[in-house]
Amino acid sequence: MLPPRAFAQLTRTPLNNMPEVIRRVTGGAVINRGRVKLNVPPLVENGHLVPLGVTVESPMTATDFVSEIHVFTEKNPLPEMISFYLGPRAGRAAIATRVRLADTENVVAIARMNDGSWWSDTQFVIVTLAACLEEL
Amino acid sequence: MAVARINVPKTAQRGEIIEIRALISHVMENGFRRTTLGVPLPRDIITGFTCTYNGVEICRVTLYPSIAANPFLSFTTIATESGTLVFNWRGDNGFNHSETAQITVG
Repeated sequence: MLPPRAFAQLTRTPLNNMPEVIRRVTGGAVINRGRVKLNVPPLVENGHLVPLGVTVESPMTATDFVSEIHVFTEKNPLPEMISFYLGPRAGRAAIATRVRLADTENVVAIARMNDGSWWSDTQFVIVTLAACLEEL
Repeated sequence: MAVARINVPKTAQRGEIIEIRALISHVMENGFRRTTLGVPLPRDIITGFTCTYNGVEICRVTLYPSIAANPFLSFTTIATESGTLVFNWRGDNGFNHSETAQITVG
């Protein structure tokens, strides 16, 4: 058992540097608001299993499609959550998965279009039971 | 041994957008947890997933420790022709699992 102070430091997760990691993924490109819709419940009872979906407005044709969807979190031990690489054969830019949330925090979804532009959506999620850092 | 569940429609109209759902049993141990004695539990997660449709990659995913145990992935594709979808998961400690599904496009 860790002393309470050490545990508090662990749960503060000093590793997470989300803005820097997003900049690295986008190569410093401007990220526009809109076109992306991040679907995640605003209030989560159990952070171990949180349904998360991302849809992006796009015709998904050979000349205009979503090529990448990335999801990041602000306070999990690591900012990266998941990255999807799609193409025009997807038909629709709609993905879903289930994630863990370690704290009440912002979740950010960004999408890259084939023309190189980036779009994003941010949702604030309140988490009652945190995941990731519990002891066994 | 991992158990995977794939949900792909058996038949589809040509040009129809179909939803594909894939679930696999895996602990997704995130590498940040410790036992009550303070011993760190080593990371053991699935790191990558690909789906190919008659040999052409239609979706690729990179997974991180923030993904819940028994990773569930859902995405869409256009039913272009009858054939085989191959799903492959790779992960830590040499984890590798493949599943296939058949689709008939009318």
